[in-house]
Amino acid sequence: MGMHVQPDQIWQWLENVPDPEIPVISVVDLGVVRDVNTAGDEVEIVITPTYSGCPAMRVIALDIETELAKRGVENLRLTTSINPPWTTDWLSEKGKARLEEFGIAPPRPAGGPERCPLCKSSNVERISQFGSTPCKAQWRCKECLEPFDYFKCI
Amino acid sequence: MTVSDNTALFEFLLRQGDNALVLGHRTSEWCGVGPVLEEDIALANTALDLIGQTQLWLALAGEVEDKGRDANDLAYFRDPYDFRNLLMLELPNEDYGRTIMRQFLFDAFQVPWLTALQESNDKRVGDIAAKSLKEAMYHLERSAETVIALGDGTDESNSKMQQALEFLWPYAGEVFADDENDVSVASKGIAPLPSSIHDVWNSTINRTFSEACLKRPESQFAHSGGREGFRHTEHLGHMLATMQTLQRSHPGATW
Repeated sequence: MGMHVQPDQIWQWLENVPDPEIPVISVVDLGVVRDVNTAGDEVEIVITPTYSGCPAMRVIALDIETELAKRGVENLRLTTSINPPWTTDWLSEKGKARLEEFGIAPPRPAGGPERCPLCKSSNVERISQFGSTPCKAQWRCKECLEPFDYFKCI
Repeated sequence: MTVSDNTALFEFLLRQGDNALVLGHRTSEWCGVGPVLEEDIALANTALDLIGQTQLWLALAGEVEDKGRDANDLAYFRDPYDFRNLLMLELPNEDYGRTIMRQFLFDAFQVPWLTALQESNDKRVGDIAAKSLKEAMYHLERSAETVIALGDGTDESNSKMQQALEFLWPYAGEVFADDENDVSVASKGIAPLPSSIHDVWNSTINRTFSEACLKRPESQFAHSGGREGFRHTEHLGHMLATMQTLQRSHPGATW
């Protein structure tokens, strides 16, 4: 059975694939899906790792395969590219807003969070440059005293 | 490409991959036993970045060698004398001060080195360098800050950092001693000579040590043998015994 779908449709379906560690944003919002190509019934999806050792990449690949299989795509080729390297600039605006709602301060070129994602105070300090996943650092709000994750800017 | 071209490139790639692998494994030994929770997490994340970089370098090494070996085969089924890492990276962690000092000495080299490698004639090398550089810059920021915080800390932390520096110093220069393989890959535009990075490294470490109230040792002596594989320390074999035991006992085991 040959199934012909357009890249636009694939991109839309991929919006349903959440990041395994930050499930409020999709792999598209995170910027790890770099390209979608179709030729006949073959679909090629190009993904890029956030950090070179990010253990979530395998799960992301599996989740993409599962979602597309559910939609009837039988002929899928997943390729990984590291060039150009992933940057937080590729996080969508929607993705950044969702991160903050979820309690993770979105990345900023200035190198630190703009404000506490919980009480919105700008009186914040860094606890550690690293956090619960390779893409996050630990910060603390000096107003509400809650610690929070900050999405590292690279 | 001729056979000898590939041999030099393969050796070069092993050196990059083995540095990341051996330091990554050593750093991972802190997982669960770090001095405070935040440092434990930071060290584990640094190790994870390094293991990720290892996968990129060794996968390319296997491809260039063209004998059917992948990154896992190269990591788990080679013996100590097949490894091409710097001696400094295989030394036991000893304590937190030595771990951080070693990370700093390595990061201070790695950042200008990877920056230069981005311009490699071999696009595959340039791509891996560009990806790794972002992580290396983040590591350097942290290791330099931590060296300063501990060096310019209490009398005890200062003395531990000074001791760590003096212990590691005879190993720090190995990376800058150009050999035939370096000359070969440099002549093809794959990588610059490591010695060309020496000035930048000197200026980074001098600036940091001055802020950290640490005294740079004067000796110019540097151990050698790790990156050529002709003389590793006794420690590498023990480390590999731990790292490789599962794959050696159960070849092909998967999750």
